[in-house]
Amino acid sequence: MATAHQPFTTAPHKPAAAAVDGAVDTTVLESAFDAAVAADERIEPRDWMPDAYRATLVRQIAQHAHSEIIGMQPEANWITRAPSLRRKAILMAKVQDEAGHGLYLYSAAETLGASRDDLLDKLHSGRQKYSSIFNYPTLTWADVGAIGWLVDGAAITNQVPLCRCSYGPYARAMVRVCKEESFHQRQGYELLLALSRGTEAQHAMAQDAVDRWWWPSLMMFGPPDAESSHSEQSMTWKIKRHSNDELRQRFVDICVPQAESLGLTLPDPDLKWNEERGQHDFGPIDWSEFWSVLKGNGPCNDQRITQRRRAHEEGAWVREAAAAYAAKQSERKEATA
Amino acid sequence: MTGSTEWPLWEVFVRSRRGLSHTHAGSLHAPDAEMALRNARDLYTRRNEGVSIWVVPSAEITASSPDEKDSFFEPSADKPYRHPTFYDIPEGVKHL
Repeated sequence: MATAHQPFTTAPHKPAAAAVDGAVDTTVLESAFDAAVAADERIEPRDWMPDAYRATLVRQIAQHAHSEIIGMQPEANWITRAPSLRRKAILMAKVQDEAGHGLYLYSAAETLGASRDDLLDKLHSGRQKYSSIFNYPTLTWADVGAIGWLVDGAAITNQVPLCRCSYGPYARAMVRVCKEESFHQRQGYELLLALSRGTEAQHAMAQDAVDRWWWPSLMMFGPPDAESSHSEQSMTWKIKRHSNDELRQRFVDICVPQAESLGLTLPDPDLKWNEERGQHDFGPIDWSEFWSVLKGNGPCNDQRITQRRRAHEEGAWVREAAAAYAAKQSERKEATA
Repeated sequence: MTGSTEWPLWEVFVRSRRGLSHTHAGSLHAPDAEMALRNARDLYTRRNEGVSIWVVPSAEITASSPDEKDSFFEPSADKPYRHPTFYDIPEGVKHL
């Protein structure tokens, strides 16, 4: 059965053409790979690739996939309490999209030889991470808006360059994801705008949400370039196209005028336009908070993973029943054939 | 791999509108063909991206090997005369 689960797209591990006296000449393969990446060609699943490239992609795509499905939780928290049918339908569609994004990404990881069950197992046991942003709670309805505007906005800033990632299946998944994320961001912005222009209490609720989500959103771009462990190699491989700090700066510059149009402020007294740089200066990020949340000490780490495990365990009988039904049907088909 | 309950993988092909051929959209896991179709609809056509879907068990697809890339496709590389641009036609000759 194991082979039946292997996607046809999985790379062969012993390319015959490069075998010299039974030994694989990896230098020839490696230079072909390097040349393809340098020429901005895409690497496809069955191509030879360095083990470290494969491992880096599996790690990154898995973490990305996990983030999408864990990210369903903070927003799903508000579906039953959405203030109107319109908002409820929008929020359900958005949460469903996040599930879809997770599935595109798990499929992309599988083209590298990873198994779906194994990836989920690593998420459930904490051996693979998801984005720290989802370990913060959604305390008010305005948080749904702040997530759409800031969290999805930061995600888009990160993901747009990934559409040109050197690994074909990941890049293609990102194209699909980016198209859909645009609705997520706009619905969040519109939601916040409605609150900001509403009653005094509604305006205060929107401002409070922005105050709480701003800094964690800036942390989504990852540690400063000087401390980022995977960045340099990923840039060489063209998995990554821009540095963490570069993308973070781009996001800040985009958000400042958007906040003004919302009639809300960003909670950073040092945030100001720098004429010389042509960019905004902004205050220092509290990286101790980032590392602490990453290590499991955020407000919702336990809740998120417990709920994910429970959903998986409680769904087990459905998966088993569907598999048993499929097996029975195919037996019957064979019997009558 | 825990194996026993992992559903097989399917490749999904979507026809975006009538008159166009099906193109590969991605893959998904499903216990059987019928569920694969339903899951494909939910996963790959949430925004009217399709009017028809094919699902194919991934294990049933035979693919050319990237290692043979050169030898496999070479026969067509040295036949430029198969392209219309190969031929010199005097200027002014029309409809050719």
